[in-house]
Amino acid sequence: MSFISRGFRGRRRDAGDPGRVPPGQYVTEDFPVLSAGPTPHTPLDEWTFSVVDGDERTTWTWEELRALPSETVTADIHCVTRWSKLDSTWEGVSVDTLLEAAEADSPYVLAFCDGGYTANLPTEDVTGGKAWVAFGYDGEPLDPEHGGPARLLVPHLYFWKSAKWVRGLALREDDEPGFWETYGYHIYGDPWREQRYAGD
Amino acid sequence: MAGTAVRGRLKPLTWQIATVADAVDETPRVRTIVLDVPDWSGHRAGQHLDVRLTAEDGYRAEREYSIASAPGEPVAITVERLEDGEVSPYLTEELRAGDGIELRGPIGGYFVWDGEDAGPLLLVAGGSGVVPLRAMVRHRQRAGSDVPVRLLYSSRTLDDVIYREELDEVRDGIEVVYTLTRERPPGWTGYDRRVDADLLREVAWRAGDGARAFVCGPTSFVEAVAKGLVDLGYPPARVKTERFGATGS
Repeated sequence: MSFISRGFRGRRRDAGDPGRVPPGQYVTEDFPVLSAGPTPHTPLDEWTFSVVDGDERTTWTWEELRALPSETVTADIHCVTRWSKLDSTWEGVSVDTLLEAAEADSPYVLAFCDGGYTANLPTEDVTGGKAWVAFGYDGEPLDPEHGGPARLLVPHLYFWKSAKWVRGLALREDDEPGFWETYGYHIYGDPWREQRYAGD
Repeated sequence: MAGTAVRGRLKPLTWQIATVADAVDETPRVRTIVLDVPDWSGHRAGQHLDVRLTAEDGYRAEREYSIASAPGEPVAITVERLEDGEVSPYLTEELRAGDGIELRGPIGGYFVWDGEDAGPLLLVAGGSGVVPLRAMVRHRQRAGSDVPVRLLYSSRTLDDVIYREELDEVRDGIEVVYTLTRERPPGWTGYDRRVDADLLREVAWRAGDGARAFVCGPTSFVEAVAKGLVDLGYPPARVKTERFGATGS
């Protein structure tokens, strides 16, 4: 018999569709912000996105990235701090497009970002139409506080994996922990298995 | 920041049942809950913990709360009641001494202050964002550190100031500077406006002195303060932030 919180009923208004809301999450209509430091502001004419494979680097300027085929993506997103947002709409370039152009082939990638943030991901989680470099949200350019000019979008994992202010992907042979992963968060971060913290 | 070694525990954080030792009203909307936690590994100032509530029919709600107490003190959280919240009304109105509550922690390793930094410490709080910063102030006092600490604390009114008696009594290298943004009592001599660039310039340590800043509050507050500190010359890596959205409950 599990523990019961005396006198707790719950409001349940936000419980949502259990098929769409992972365990421990609640649905919000807002778009809360979570980040560890000041919001970086890199001018677009200095901004680049790179796929880095050892000494080899394939780089796109902002204009070059925007000239690539882009997709509109509607996805549910799940933050480890327990809010979930359903049917969020994004515009971005598929990571498939970028990795194919760079002829990249490695088991893992480490997303790197302005501000020094990183996030580690298995390559199979950012390919096959599962991840984007997103620069539009809800029909508008992505706000800096939400990761603009561009962030990674990997909606099937907890949202910290969708690294804000992303500037590139470094190819890795090993699953090297990123920023939050170094500070106790889960190495993979599947919301459906509630992989919030290391060891979950 | 990349490439640092993995720190801290590798074993899973397990849920456990703590007992409420005390519940103290800080303001009409804010309560501190002191907990007796049977298996606690110890925490660092600035960390948080997860709370899980379970109804009789098995329905559950989880939230995370900053730890309000210093390392070595009994675990405590301070909770602000959000009128449309699900968990905070329970914690601030229903829960009482002797009740059990399920939790796990401590969590988080970035927004922490261990006391060994030499440079002066700037703490900037908006509303209940003061909670993890209060843990740092208490840690500074208990650890006998001589790091100069300045806490800039923005509240709507004087009645909304959490830990007011305690903060009014700090001394010996710790200063508390209040600003009240909505309403001031007669004769108020403190600041009376939102934290802006000018106010930060007056209150913040000079950036060149190795100062380190922790900023916690609502998103718009944290955005403004963090940007203001970077504009004053604080290196972004020395400005650590923690934000709560309008929906956290």
